[in-house]
Amino acid sequence: MANISMTVNGKAVNHDVEDRTLLVTYIRETLGHTGTHVGCDTSQCGACVVHVDGKAVKSCTMLAAQASGSEITTIEGLAGDNDLHPVQAAFRENHGLQCGFCTPGMIMAATKMIEKHGAALDEALIRKELEGNICRCTGYHNIVKSIQAAAHEMAGAAKVAAE
Amino acid sequence: MAKKDGIGARVLRREDKRFITGAGRYTDDIVLADQAYAAFVRSPYAYAKVNGIDATAAKAMPGVIDVLTGEQLVGDGIGNIICGWTVNSKDGTPMAMGQYRALEPETARYVGQAVAVVIAETQAQAQAAMEAVDVDWEEMPAVMDMEHAISGNAAQLHPEADKNIIFDWEIGNADDVDAALDSAAHVVELDITNNRLVPNALETRAAVATYNKAEDHYTLYTTSQNPHVARLVLSAFYQVAPEHKLRVIAPDVGGGFGSKIYIYPEEIACLWASMKTKRSVKWTSTRTEAFLTDAHGRDHITNAKMAFDADHKIIGFKVDTLANLGAYMSLFSSATPTYLYATLLSGQYNMPAIHANVRAVYTNTVPVDAYRGAGRPEATYLVERMMETAARELGVDATELRRKNFVQSFPHETPVIMTYDAGDFGATLDAAMDHADWKGFPARKAEAARRGKLRGIGMSCYIEACGIAPSQAVGSLGAGVGLWESAEVRVNPVGTFEILTGSHSHGQGHETTFAQLVSDRFGLPIENVAVIHGDTDKVQFGMGTYGSRSGAVGMSAIARALDKVEAKAKAIAAHQLEASVEDIIIEDGAVKVEGTNKQLLWHEVCLGAYTGHNLPEGMEPGLKEGSFYDPVNFTFPAGTYICEVEIDPATGVTDIVAFTAADDFGRVINPMIVEGQVHGGLAQGIGQALLEGTAYDDAGQLLSASFMDYTMPRADDLPSFAISTHETICPNNPLGMKGCGEAGAIGSPPAVINAITDAIDVRELSMPATPAKVWAAIQEAGVAEAAE
Repeated sequence: MANISMTVNGKAVNHDVEDRTLLVTYIRETLGHTGTHVGCDTSQCGACVVHVDGKAVKSCTMLAAQASGSEITTIEGLAGDNDLHPVQAAFRENHGLQCGFCTPGMIMAATKMIEKHGAALDEALIRKELEGNICRCTGYHNIVKSIQAAAHEMAGAAKVAAE
Repeated sequence: MAKKDGIGARVLRREDKRFITGAGRYTDDIVLADQAYAAFVRSPYAYAKVNGIDATAAKAMPGVIDVLTGEQLVGDGIGNIICGWTVNSKDGTPMAMGQYRALEPETARYVGQAVAVVIAETQAQAQAAMEAVDVDWEEMPAVMDMEHAISGNAAQLHPEADKNIIFDWEIGNADDVDAALDSAAHVVELDITNNRLVPNALETRAAVATYNKAEDHYTLYTTSQNPHVARLVLSAFYQVAPEHKLRVIAPDVGGGFGSKIYIYPEEIACLWASMKTKRSVKWTSTRTEAFLTDAHGRDHITNAKMAFDADHKIIGFKVDTLANLGAYMSLFSSATPTYLYATLLSGQYNMPAIHANVRAVYTNTVPVDAYRGAGRPEATYLVERMMETAARELGVDATELRRKNFVQSFPHETPVIMTYDAGDFGATLDAAMDHADWKGFPARKAEAARRGKLRGIGMSCYIEACGIAPSQAVGSLGAGVGLWESAEVRVNPVGTFEILTGSHSHGQGHETTFAQLVSDRFGLPIENVAVIHGDTDKVQFGMGTYGSRSGAVGMSAIARALDKVEAKAKAIAAHQLEASVEDIIIEDGAVKVEGTNKQLLWHEVCLGAYTGHNLPEGMEPGLKEGSFYDPVNFTFPAGTYICEVEIDPATGVTDIVAFTAADDFGRVINPMIVEGQVHGGLAQGIGQALLEGTAYDDAGQLLSASFMDYTMPRADDLPSFAISTHETICPNNPLGMKGCGEAGAIGSPPAVINAITDAIDVRELSMPATPAKVWAAIQEAGVAEAAE
């Protein structure tokens, strides 16, 4: 057993877990944050993406113990005190989801993609960056549109903030 | 112009809020207080006898509650898994169906088949004990190839099915077609394989079963597209629990595509185990288990001959298909390669004579059943590959050959029992060619050639049948159920609506589109409408969502129930306003006497219905109406898809540079959602054509059993799509809808392969057209060219 402590969505948590516990299992089953999903067993689908110390990470590829001491954000905590994060809003406005199962991972990956590339994020780069996230419903068309719209929105907001 | 939130409006989805914030509630998210976990002991062999199961060691492991076997399941009287559609062979004999048990006690017939289940306190403990169950296997040579399976030289997998043939079925007139082939000016012949696919909804299947001893009542939470059908089958056929003491809940479901229609061994076993162990039992499929146990799709081998007269009119079409049904018959497995396939072989064309022979075959593979499109993609692929090949061999323009043979007048009766009710095939062809800039293709090809790329263009003119289905018609063809849909509309005293529907939404956005019907008719905000589905305790009955039926059938039922609500509300208002009911209109949330200023607000009428203080003589209080809507015909979505590709001759990599779709879905309720359905369908169809291949080795091991090995379409495999719709209203249902859920997957594969074969100038190329295959085809064509 390992005793682990971390901050999840701004809240300090501490638990004893079996050494082999994956971060995703800890988030879903111990903490009950079921918005993070499991869609495969080979780290391909990206439904489990969360933010670990500001990086988009597939939480099925990491042990909970490895994340001890980290700051974690899941889909439930992405918007913080706001109603929706701009990426969440953009997915809704652009019909970027259907069954919703891949959506949390898509949104968590997209927020970091936008942070990383900013204004350089065009359609081709979005498609390339989505390599690690599988969707079976949307054909990606509206996911790409959603991310483009959010990138535009966030770049605008950043510009306003800078001025 | 569409009313705000009404029919035709691009209303944003109401269900999205929970999905984008992580508040969706899928089956695996459900945690019950006394929950134990199931792990299934599965066959590592494609074909093996079970000589014994020793669970002594497993039972002694930490946390293990019980280990249950197939022998116990059979001993408890749990019934065999059924096929819900009887298909007879052409000689009149019924289909030869082998026994299919939820846990197999004697002989495993595919890798992954469950023979026992471990129930333990934690998932890890169940998993560990599952590994410790000692099964005495006796492996036998697997029967993998269909031609071999029916040759008489292969083992017979079920005693019922001689030479592994389940049925040898036909439709159409063989003599007429043979005569047409004899007299034809030109005959095109192709051998075509339709590749086996794995549906791969992103949420894997899951079940949580619980038995309440105090009430002697069962609840099953499960990933189902049709919870009422699940309840019916679980009670009437599998005898796991009586129907009136079983509640099936399909909460948020993460995609289905057909694979969640069926009631699988695991759901049955969890429910049975919950009664045996007096514990709640949970099972969530791993992705590997999903590959090994979810019903696969397609898997046909076909020889086809199409006869043309001297004027290039089709005079006959002869089709001979082998359909792989895998090791067991799944719920709709018999209907998919027969009535959902061969009845669409006329395509968009006048064909005076068609004959199709279909032999369904057992092999040691995962059961095959309906997957997005179900039979219609196989038919469309055949017809549209034939048309393209014919045009090339006849040396005529492929678009003109199609146009010349289009059905022009409706209703049109085909030689394969369908009656097309409405359509305008020329309109969607024109729209697609226009949007794809068909005329500009030669210039684009020349430009690509300067860059060393091979550019090709291909089209597909598809028609399919949705809105399944008229109950009497399908009953006469062997269906075990009626295929109507039910709806109940409850109007509350404050005027808000609850729509209870037998349709199930697992991505289709019913909570939005179904509410649009109410908003459109009563002028109420969409927020005043709740759409309730997926719970057999709330919704009385339903046939569920598949075959693109939720619009044409499910929404028709709602429309009929709304008719009754509207009529009663008008009668109440007419009585209270002392007017004639014919003069009452409902708009903008008010019930008015037309041409006067007399009106009641909608909620005043509703409250009046419930107080009962002032109702017409003899009228019962309340405002709640229902409908069981049975369609009178199938609906026929149709359209044209155009694919443009660029191929790198050095690597064989195909890049889809443009994809254009022009569809006729009848009346569109929410264009945003319809477009999304098309996008998703196209991705699956393009996936089939380019990427998705299911590979077994000779011993029956599934080599492509993970996302590492089975190529799912990713974002950078696909282009953005150029799509449009052209409405010809369906004359046979109250809303004029046809259905849009499957068209993309049905129409796109032949467009892709027609484009690739155009680019590299080869006659035939099997799907998936992987870079290796395309590269080899280029080399072969090049060698042949050099030799000429």
